[in-house]
Order: sequence, then structure tokens, then C-alpha cells
Amino acid sequence: MAKIYMDNSATTKPDPEVVSAMLPYLNEYFGNASSLHSFGQEAAEALNRSRQQVADLLGAQPDEIIFTSGGTESDNLALKGTAYLKKNAGKHIITSVVEHPAILDTCRNLQKNGFKVTYIPVDDQGLIDPHDVEDAIIDDTILISIMHANNEIGTIQPIEDISRLAHEKGVLVHTDAVQSIGKIPVNVDDLGVDMLSLSAHKIHGPKGVGALFVRKGTRLETLVHGGGHERGKRSGTENIPGIVGLAKAAELAGQRLEKDASHLANLRDAAITKILGSIPESYLNGHPTQRLPNNVHFRFSYVEGESLLIMLNMKGVAVSTGSACSSKSLEPSHVLSALGIPSEQIHGSLRITLGRANTMDEVDYVVENLVETVTKLRAMSPITPKN
Amino acid sequence: MYSEKVMEHFSNPKNVGEIEDADGIGEVGNPTCGDMMTIYIKVDDGKLTDVKFKTFGCAAAIATSSMITEMALGKTIEEALEISRDDVAESLDGLPPVKLHCSNLAADGLHAAIEDYLNKSKSN
Repeated sequence: MAKIYMDNSATTKPDPEVVSAMLPYLNEYFGNASSLHSFGQEAAEALNRSRQQVADLLGAQPDEIIFTSGGTESDNLALKGTAYLKKNAGKHIITSVVEHPAILDTCRNLQKNGFKVTYIPVDDQGLIDPHDVEDAIIDDTILISIMHANNEIGTIQPIEDISRLAHEKGVLVHTDAVQSIGKIPVNVDDLGVDMLSLSAHKIHGPKGVGALFVRKGTRLETLVHGGGHERGKRSGTENIPGIVGLAKAAELAGQRLEKDASHLANLRDAAITKILGSIPESYLNGHPTQRLPNNVHFRFSYVEGESLLIMLNMKGVAVSTGSACSSKSLEPSHVLSALGIPSEQIHGSLRITLGRANTMDEVDYVVENLVETVTKLRAMSPITPKN
Repeated sequence: MYSEKVMEHFSNPKNVGEIEDADGIGEVGNPTCGDMMTIYIKVDDGKLTDVKFKTFGCAAAIATSSMITEMALGKTIEEALEISRDDVAESLDGLPPVKLHCSNLAADGLHAAIEDYLNKSKSN
């Protein structure tokens, strides 16, 4: 049976070059980077080299990179680290309604601890109006955190404009770039951000490792105390194999960006055209052009997404859905709700996220099986109109 | 996360469709919640001679619908009214805990169809 992975926003397959780069650091170069002997120094060298590689991808300086356990920790460090440090200067944070739970849940926790949070709405294509962000800034505002690209619908936010407007009022800007790296150019100076989160496993690297870019001069309260690793910002013996893997993945993401982006956009556009053309009452979610090149997100009337996902899985196709029935909480996707899509249609949503290795033949196979599956489920559904 | 039995009924559901001249129709759930089910029954001499369903919902909702049509077929009305949600889940070798409440509507659907039949026969 076919086995087609099109859930690359959930995670990606580690690149063989990444795995090869990591292996020596799981085997012979096992040293602790804090040790002064040769074993330690080999690890320390790898750490320095990796920091440079990640910085290069972002157009940053090596000492602006803090390695973490992944995107979630990076987001926590950016938000809580800023909030705790600046709590005497102000207690107001601005974010959006479509952020990843790593941001939203952290904000809710900060609210419990006396901070105030404004959640900026989006339009029906998932876009934030930078002027809404500007208008939300008050004297008490200490931080704005808006994602670069959405993990569900792939809408790309105007971070450059948000940064400019925020800096005119002296407010720091953080962006969660976990989904955008490797798909569109991500340069911290072009974006104008003060902090940026990234994760290795979304760019064909290993799980459990990520980084936070913190612009020189921007200070944070430490969340993880201990031996003073990562210049005191994040203690704990460095995960050298993971960090080397992240660095290799970052290097490849940079080298392959142009080729990957155009390949992905080709597949995406073909998939969207084919689905719209062959499934009546199918609707594209998100923005038609301000969209990640690998994101195809649809809703289909009269069918439920979990059924769709499981039936596609039986045909060897791995995708995802925003349907409540597939989530642990049984809540429909907060992102699709924010677009104003009615619940019964959110249940019928399907996310296809393409990866470097996918081919046009695979797109054809997936669309063909999607048509068949939607037709089968609609025939079974009591809400499908007759004829 | 689903048992093999659930997957079997989901991929090859039994008795899908409508009964044109049904004696009773039961409709439960609603599309906003993500699960909606319509059960059609045909009754002859106090026995269920035909049972069909149409379902909008997750794999569990579809599997429980298919299962209950098989369980109810040939039973008397009294016997069919005794089929519980738990019986349906058990016959499918269990359902994930999170699905026990929301997607396990088939017994309710069957009971609603029987009630509809009984109400209709009363008014005749």
C-alpha cells in the first residue's frame, strides 16, 4: 500500500544528512561542553559551530541564540522571561487569537499571575491588521507576540509592519517562526523582531530541540536555573546531538530554501486547483496568497474530519484535521473558529501540509482518494442535500 | 486508538441508507456538535424487519450506527428498546473513553425511531 506523509506541519522526517551529523555526538563525542578536557572541548566546539549555523540562517549573531528544548520552551522563555523581568515597567501583553497553544496557554498563565493580555482578532482569511495591534498598545504594554505563519491554515502575518509600529512606541516584538522557517525567508533584521522562536523537528531536524533568538540588548528573566548554561539564560547540560542536528537542519533549510519553496508551492497550487475542481462544496481555508507554500487547508460540507482522516489513513495517506472529534479536548480548532467558520464546517476540515520529499504523483494519489472518501462519507451523511 | 471491530464497521458499514416507507425515524445529535444520526426502521408483527442509518460524524459514530443496525435487526420492539449505549460499545470491543459520550448515539437513535413508530401507531 502507498504510504504518503503529508502532515509536515505536525513534524517532518529527519533529513539523512541531519542524522549523520548527529551520530558522532551520540557515539564518540559524548563529552559535556562545560568540561575542560578534550572530550568537553569537542562538544564545546560543536556547540559553537552549531550556534553560528543557526545564527547564519536567521541573519543573527551567535550570541543572540539560546538553545532550548523546542518551540514551546522558546515561546515560554520569550513571554514569561520578558513579563517577569519587566513587571515593574508594565503588565500588558498583546498577542493574537490564532497563536499556537504554546503562546495562548502561556498568556493565560500570565493572566493568572496578574498580567493583562489583549488578543487581536483576525479577518476571515486569518490575517491580522497591524493597525489593530498598534491601537492595542497602551503605556503598560511590554511585549507583542504574533506568530510569523499559522500552523493550521498557513496564513503569513505582516510581522515587518507590526515590528515597525511597535518599535515606534518602544514595545518589544516576539514572533513564533516555528512554521515559517525553511518555507519562506526568515531574517530577524528584515522582520525587525526582538525575539524569535524556532524548532528543529519542523525543518527535518530532531525532536526535543529548538532555539530562541534574543536580540543583543534585550534582557530576559531566566526560567530554568542551574549551572548557568546558555549565558545564564537557560541552564542544563547542552543537548549536543540535538543541537548539532538543529544546526544541520538549519543549514540545509537555508541552502534549499529557494528550491524547496518553489517545489512546495507547485504542489500546493496543484492540490488546491485539483480539489476545488473535483469536489463540490469544498472551500479553501486561510489566505489565497499570503500563505505558506506547503499548506493546503480545506473544509468539505456534510462530512466530518476525523472520519475523513481515518479513511485516508487506510489508503496510506497521513494528514490532519481541525475537527473537534479528533482533539483531546473535543473543542473545535480555535483558529478556524476565529475565521468565523460555523462549527459544523470546522468539523469537516482537513489540513494537508507538504514536505520536501512529496511529489506530484503523490498529490494526484491523495486528491483521487480524497474525492473518493468525501463522496463515500457524503453518501452516508444525513445532512447531505438530496441530488 | 480504535478497536479492530470499530475499524471493520467504519470501513464497511452495514445497512447504510434510508427506508423510503419507514415505520419509524429517529434523529439524534446535531451537526454543530460533530455527530448526527438518523435511524430508519421497518416493523412487522412487532419485529424490526429492516433497520438502516445515515450518519455524519467521526469513525466511532459511524461504527456504532452500523453496529446497532445489526444488533437490532430481527429483534422485537421490546428487545430492541433494551439495547443500551454500553451494549453497543461492548459489541465493538470498546470505544475510546472520550468517544463514549459524544459519539455513542446509536442506541438513542434506535430508541427514538421506535418511539416514533409507537407514537404513529397510537395515532392511527
